[in-house]
Amino acid sequence: MSIERETLLEMYLRMNQARAFEEKVKWGFARGMIHGTTHLSIGQEASGVASCMALDEGDKASLSHRGHSAAIGFGVDLKKMMAELLGRANGYCKGKGGSMHIADIESGNLGANGIVGGGFSISVGAALTQQYQETGNVVLCFAGDGATNEGNFHESLNLASIWKLPVIFYIENNLYAMSNPLEKHMNITDIADRAASYGMPGVICDGNDVFDVYQTIQEAAKHCREGKGPVLVESKTYRWDGHSKSDAQAYRTMEERKEWMAKDPILRLRNHMIEEGIKTAEEVDAMDAKAKQDIEDAFEFAWNSPEPDVSTLTEDVYA
Amino acid sequence: MKTMTYAEAIREAMSEEMRRDENVMFMGEDIGLYGGAFGISVGMLDEFGEKRVKDTPISEAVIAGAAAGAAATGLRPIMEIMFSDFFTISMDALVNQAAKMRYMFGGKAQVPMVCRTPGGSGTGAAAQHSQSLEAWFCHVPGIKVVTPSTPADAYGLLKASIRDNNPIVFIEQKLLYRTKGEVPVDQDDFIIELGVADVKRQGTDVTIVTYGRMVQRALEAAEIAAEKGISVEVVDPRTLQPLDKDTIIKSVEKTGKLIVVVEAAQTGSYAGEIIASVTESDAFDFLDAPVQRLCGKDVPIPYNPTLEAAVVPQVDEIVAAIEKAVNRG
Repeated sequence: MSIERETLLEMYLRMNQARAFEEKVKWGFARGMIHGTTHLSIGQEASGVASCMALDEGDKASLSHRGHSAAIGFGVDLKKMMAELLGRANGYCKGKGGSMHIADIESGNLGANGIVGGGFSISVGAALTQQYQETGNVVLCFAGDGATNEGNFHESLNLASIWKLPVIFYIENNLYAMSNPLEKHMNITDIADRAASYGMPGVICDGNDVFDVYQTIQEAAKHCREGKGPVLVESKTYRWDGHSKSDAQAYRTMEERKEWMAKDPILRLRNHMIEEGIKTAEEVDAMDAKAKQDIEDAFEFAWNSPEPDVSTLTEDVYA
Repeated sequence: MKTMTYAEAIREAMSEEMRRDENVMFMGEDIGLYGGAFGISVGMLDEFGEKRVKDTPISEAVIAGAAAGAAATGLRPIMEIMFSDFFTISMDALVNQAAKMRYMFGGKAQVPMVCRTPGGSGTGAAAQHSQSLEAWFCHVPGIKVVTPSTPADAYGLLKASIRDNNPIVFIEQKLLYRTKGEVPVDQDDFIIELGVADVKRQGTDVTIVTYGRMVQRALEAAEIAAEKGISVEVVDPRTLQPLDKDTIIKSVEKTGKLIVVVEAAQTGSYAGEIIASVTESDAFDFLDAPVQRLCGKDVPIPYNPTLEAAVVPQVDEIVAAIEKAVNRG
């Protein structure tokens, strides 16, 4: 599998932006500059970015509560996204959504979801629209491993399959449903096995390898576009940090964490680019620095942005 | 004007809106060839085909979620939940998703979906097929709640609901499906605006506010009271969210007495909200008797017909409440 040079470079940049974004969010949280809760996706950048970049113009995505990498992969405006995390008026959702609800329906970002598994049926409906209006577009539906134990997962896969809807159920299996390890919350190893119950393909990809993620999603999208119905894709990956900021991570060992950090998806792509002569080490360093600067700029923009006026409190409850 | 049943009025409204707008489609359990559990959609599959009249599996969570997702991306789905009790399984999609999308996404989404569902008791179907859950839906900002009491209202309100850009819970009373009435289907585009109450009977001594199946009972009680020289006004809000408080308040200012009749279990019912909107308004000064609420008893709906009937307000109880109000004044 090859990825076009320009796409690959953009992918690398966005993955670094995603990493830097999360590091900045962590920093902001520690200083009380960002409030509420947030779910960092450090370690899952290839899974979030390469999957979204495998989509075509007009395709849609619905994101999970751990959705920052995916949002950046989908191509959101970093300034508006950071402003939303800081609850500012010029954020994506006017400061009313925050980390778990970054959305921009017009551009195809159907929104991150604070309800684990809530996005499955929303994606089914969005895919129904694509089929009904014959747009030729597909919907990429993000969720975590834990969400596949929700009833909505099963109802959604079943309906999408019988109606042959163009939706890719994209499960980022990072081995833990909050603190609950996979072997304690389901009696199978591969979530992709669940696809068989609904008569759809179940595919596994290495979520830390951009090439595998990209190719798998492109093939799944092709399947959908040919009218063959949905696909379940399981992306094997790992989150380096806790579930949320209050997580002491007593459920896993430092050894396990180090083992996965050695599979850093960004480092893998970096090494590939240098080895293949796509970029020199210096050029890659410059890209890393640009990504960091982009996030610094986004944070500065957000920090200096106005708070929403209290008069906007009751706006947008009804259309 | 055309005489038709409440059920036919609903079918007519859906069909007309589907003819008018290509993006209006309909989905639910057994709504196609079977025609719906209450026969509402008989014939619609023939006219509109499987693309637009879609039978779903028994999967209330994804029916509501898919409606929300389809609505947010450009369709105008009507969905049917076979009994309103089954909404328990759809609640995430309705409460956390459809109702919130617009607000939490900063006003950049709209979710034009209509959730049709039969509510209420009286069919002997017992506790899981007979509830009146409208207060749950009214409690969630972002949802509108409509509950028509006549065929004409069902027709005009459903057409308005399908054209509205918000998630709407449209509660039909299953005992009303066979009731008949005049429906202005021949009037060009007869629409009843949401949030506008209807004074079903003019009166000067007592105001009864009620909706759904209880409207008919209140009107019967008003007839009996009239024979005793008491003039009862019956106000049907028709839409519970948004609630037409002005019409209710105006009526109470005229009569000085308020009785609210609802079928739902009393505790936490919408009767409390209706009463509060009167007592916190200037109409408070016009009240010359305690406000009364006649509600369902706080029990699950029992199977035995005698017990079932005893749960919800009856005509004689409403008459007694009217007399009590008048004697107090």
